[in-house]
Amino acid sequence: MNIKDIKKEFPIFDNKVHNNDLVYLDSANSSQKPKVVVDRIYDFYTKEFSNVGRSVHYLAVAATNLYENTRVLVQKYINAKDPNEIVFTKGATEAINLVANTFGQKYLKEGDEILITELEHHSNYVPWHYLRKSKGVKINFADVDENGDISIESIEKKITPKTKILAITHLSNVTGAILPIKEIIQLAHSKNIPVLVDGCQGAPHLKLDMQDLDCDFYAISCHKMYGPTGLGVLYAKKKWLEELPPYQGGGGMIGEVKKEGITFGDLPNKYEAGTMATAQVIAFGESINFINKLGIEKIEEHERELTKYGEEILRKNNSVKLIGSPKNKGSVLSFTLDGVHPHDIATILDEDGVAIRAGHHCCQILHEKLGLAATARASLGVYNTKDDLDQLNSSINKCIKIFNS
Amino acid sequence: MDLKDLYQEIILDHGKNPRNLGKFENFNKDAKGHNPLCGDKVHVYLKVDENKKISDIKFEGHGCAISMASASIMTELMKGKDQKEVNELIEDFLKMIKDNPELESNLISEDDKTKLMSLSGVKKYPMRVKCATLPWHTLISAMTNKPGEVNTEKED
Repeated sequence: MNIKDIKKEFPIFDNKVHNNDLVYLDSANSSQKPKVVVDRIYDFYTKEFSNVGRSVHYLAVAATNLYENTRVLVQKYINAKDPNEIVFTKGATEAINLVANTFGQKYLKEGDEILITELEHHSNYVPWHYLRKSKGVKINFADVDENGDISIESIEKKITPKTKILAITHLSNVTGAILPIKEIIQLAHSKNIPVLVDGCQGAPHLKLDMQDLDCDFYAISCHKMYGPTGLGVLYAKKKWLEELPPYQGGGGMIGEVKKEGITFGDLPNKYEAGTMATAQVIAFGESINFINKLGIEKIEEHERELTKYGEEILRKNNSVKLIGSPKNKGSVLSFTLDGVHPHDIATILDEDGVAIRAGHHCCQILHEKLGLAATARASLGVYNTKDDLDQLNSSINKCIKIFNS
Repeated sequence: MDLKDLYQEIILDHGKNPRNLGKFENFNKDAKGHNPLCGDKVHVYLKVDENKKISDIKFEGHGCAISMASASIMTELMKGKDQKEVNELIEDFLKMIKDNPELESNLISEDDKTKLMSLSGVKKYPMRVKCATLPWHTLISAMTNKPGEVNTEKED
């Protein structure tokens, strides 16, 4: 498998969009799926399907083993200490809700403060917002600077004796800023503040090492990692999963259920109530195998090179204004065009088969700060090429022509 | 699909130079509209006289060419219309954008119909229909003194 011709591993690229080759530049939203992942779902349902963790028949045992294998694959991929630190959820959103809910319930009281940043995706703000009402906590925002970056100092400035948890993105889905999270975590820990990292954009593009980062929680979105939808991962240090209460109640997460009381199951079952997204978990194992075969370092290098190329050609285009020039930038190219609204850009690009996203990208706080209602965003994945970025640029020129003629 | 149907000259003209953009003193009805999916916002101001006629109408807001052009054309056509006529035009426009091939109302001239029909290109772009309808739903809200903001995700 070679990164140069990796497109052929993704069946979606066999299709035409408005009679054009698909130029998919919306991977920060959701990535396309390699054939191995799609096939794994089909094979599981046609040859191996059973519910996991309950029955003792042949299929049930086999399915349980497959399901647990992915847990180990994830553990190794992010270098967590223990497979029981990996909890499957219905998405990164649920992973963050799980922490906000259980941590809030157990540890937060009126007047406590939660620190997030102005860069956060709504899914790392709204779950914490509920605690304003239920617990009377305050949410503080670390300032984003003019480059679309968050500095350690901006975090430090907003930490108070009342700060009880820091929730922060690893990589901004709008400005592409890769935050110095290791240093930020060290700073927070020096003040006894646990840290949740929203890793939705980090996990698909950066090499991860939970033990080295030492974060308390790390949320992952599997569909952004060439995996199935309906699945997320919450990494949490074992001590937290032991200390925090369960999130949802139901089958599979219990120890003993009696009329007078209930005990809860061991890790990780305690947090996996009900029948889980079994096929997705098993197929996600193939996503990780796929990434591992290519090597995440190689993917990083490929995407870094493409991002640089994309920035270069867009900078040369006088009508384009790139949003965010952070010190360390991931493969996200947000931009605006003089005289053309991002939604019109997206519609015109779509006609050429170029798929981008336009809008606030679930980051209204950031857009307000930038003084923009919306931006256009091209985001890259392993399958993108320089040709894709050239097509982006030429379709952008078409927008300019339509609107300025 | 053809982009020329969507971005007709009239749309591009009204999108770039929206008519009746701004706010005026003495408005007696107004309403705000918002599309939370894309962030488009519109604020419609009306002066409705004792005969229930719109004697003045303006709007503030920001959005794509389609939503700005739609608001611009709408305000042009509504000036001088009474409540009954306003309702008829709104209904006719919304029906045309959703199902009807043509406008049916005889309240406006053929030229104005052509102008309004320039927005029909969105029919082939289902994701963009709400851009065109947001100002119209907001006008309904202003006329009926509906409290709160129009939200495209809660309208039909």
